[in-house]
Amino acid sequence: MNDPRLQMSSVAQTSVLATNKVLRNTYALLSVTLIFSALMAALSTVLHVGHGTSLVCSFAALALIWFVLPRTAESASGIFVVFAFTGLLGFGLGPILNFYLSMTNGAQAIATSMGGTAVVFLGLSGYALTTQRDFSFLGGFLFAGLMVVLLASLAGIFLNMPGLWLAINAAVIMIFSGFILFDTSRIINGGITNYIIATTSIYLSIYNIFIALLHLLGAASSD
Amino acid sequence: MDWLKLAYAALVVALLFFIYPAAKYWLRNSPKAERGDWQAFLLPIGLVVLFVAGLMWIVGR
Repeated sequence: MNDPRLQMSSVAQTSVLATNKVLRNTYALLSVTLIFSALMAALSTVLHVGHGTSLVCSFAALALIWFVLPRTAESASGIFVVFAFTGLLGFGLGPILNFYLSMTNGAQAIATSMGGTAVVFLGLSGYALTTQRDFSFLGGFLFAGLMVVLLASLAGIFLNMPGLWLAINAAVIMIFSGFILFDTSRIINGGITNYIIATTSIYLSIYNIFIALLHLLGAASSD
Repeated sequence: MDWLKLAYAALVVALLFFIYPAAKYWLRNSPKAERGDWQAFLLPIGLVVLFVAGLMWIVGR
């Protein structure tokens, strides 16, 4: 039992098992929270929730992920925080979904966005899992890109430029696609060991890709 | 000015403050890309771009 090779093999096996457990728990929690979020989005659509409520939900979700999640991520209460966070973001989708549902082909755009987001997520996760490549080198690039997109969004709120919004949505899809590779590879390589944090990160990527894709498809369907 | 626009702007500014520490950390501590890393990233992203363009073309027909 004192053979160093046996000990190293045992350590490696333990590490692989721990990684698999984080990955399994992340995908399990992610699938349940996505279903919950979709149900909340359907509820807010039926209730015809306004933009004000949607904004309050977004602020509340941000407060949860900023102040509450870091303190609860290591305990079971972190799961409730993730459900509250994803539920709030789902509920906040009501006005966007109602806007597209009122358009001709709007329902088709929503359904296509959901399917398209699923294809992008499954494809990129599968790629990161099969290649086992370490994408942590993307960290600086992705966060810098995200900061630029947020600054451009800030300008876009006050400037009425449809072309700018299309470019921002296209950039959002590319950046959050990169984040799916980045987060999945960090789970595989032991950079993220907490499945609650991992679920939150991947959920945010899926959520942002869905909204950006919906805006692009909505723009394409209405010319 | 529309209060909704100001509220959305406040949300974006809050997001910038939220992301800034992580951005600073990763800009300083990202490992250097090795040979072939960028190609391995650009290949799936290129496929995503083609896929989205295809979806837009189908929906816009």
